[in-house]
Amino acid sequence: MTSLIMIVISTALINNVVLNQFLGICSFLGVSRQIKTSASLGGAVIFVITISSAVASLLYDFVLVPLHLTYLKTIVFILVIAALVQMVEMFLKKTSRAVYQALGIYLPLITTNCAVLGVALTNVQNGYNLLESVLAGFGTAVGYTVAIVLLAGIRERIDEDVIPAPLRGAPIVLLCAVLMAIAFMGFGGLS
Amino acid sequence: MKPCMERIYNGILKENPALVLMLGMCPTLAVTTSAINGFGMGVSTLAVLVVSNLVISLLRKVIPDEVRLPAYIVIVASLVTVVELLTEAYVPALYSALGIYIPLIVVNCIILGRAEAFASKNPPMLSAMDGVGMGLGFTIALTVIGLVRELLGAGTAFGFEVMPDSFAPIAIFIKAPGAFLVLMIIIMIMNAVHINTRANKVVEGCDGCCATCAKTCDTGKGES
Repeated sequence: MTSLIMIVISTALINNVVLNQFLGICSFLGVSRQIKTSASLGGAVIFVITISSAVASLLYDFVLVPLHLTYLKTIVFILVIAALVQMVEMFLKKTSRAVYQALGIYLPLITTNCAVLGVALTNVQNGYNLLESVLAGFGTAVGYTVAIVLLAGIRERIDEDVIPAPLRGAPIVLLCAVLMAIAFMGFGGLS
Repeated sequence: MKPCMERIYNGILKENPALVLMLGMCPTLAVTTSAINGFGMGVSTLAVLVVSNLVISLLRKVIPDEVRLPAYIVIVASLVTVVELLTEAYVPALYSALGIYIPLIVVNCIILGRAEAFASKNPPMLSAMDGVGMGLGFTIALTVIGLVRELLGAGTAFGFEVMPDSFAPIAIFIKAPGAFLVLMIIIMIMNAVHINTRANKVVEGCDGCCATCAKTCDTGKGES
């Protein structure tokens, strides 16, 4: 039980997917202007990564390993993730209009989010079983959401401030990321 | 031969994928803990990019337009698997240093971006040269970032001691925050001398940087 909780804490905070592993940087820098939109994206990411890590784990254990096709994992995972995101999108569109409107536009964007493929591959590398994979996926996505919402919070605050000309645009966002990454290094003590 | 040389110049300087187009940020930040890792990642990406551009350009009249993105992804993923197996077999040290970032070349925006923006519209030879140019530009950028971080963070360059003994390595440069910091300083300098990067015109959400992303924009607009 403690090892399962440790997986969640370790993936969410200690090895934060954005600030420590640099996965999903594009959306981390691009979609972090407002807390509201980044929280919606975070919700969509939690949803997709949790499901996709379950599916990828099942596929790997029950299809790829018995058939000795483990070297095909990259191809299989990326196709499964793309198809899965499409299916989730269609499913939400038909069943829950409100959720679709909140998360819908972010879902296709997530296919290219390297965090999704990254989690699936890391789970396999670590030899996690189904439950551990789902928890690792969930923890990773929570870590992503925490990071992007925090960054959006900072960006909303500095939006009005006067920033030196060379720092305007991307550099100031990266500077926030530097400070956040330093802060998150402190979580290293938890392991 | 002229347009081919122009593609290489374009990839290295005018549209450097990492520093000007700001594509492929994940490997740019993650594997540049040393110059040699950055170089290895750059060369792996270069290899995938050249072959994928060539193959996609050769198949550009065969692949139906509606399913082109899945087709490109399968081509790229196959090539990445080949590169992954080759690295594991012949340069195991690099394979363990780059780890998960080798399979993640699949989702590197540069590759799908060039496939969609260039290889799908141009003849094979020119597309391959575009891959060479973009790949070299990426390799150079990653090696330089890696060199800066290694020099400041460990006092070495390509594994050789170069800094004087009195230099105390600033370990944070080879840790995670150092990656953001070095990239920030590079873009800041480019801003100060007025070299335009795509980062200066950051667009909320998606700005069509990569193929799949551009598709999202199209469908998003269609539905709203």
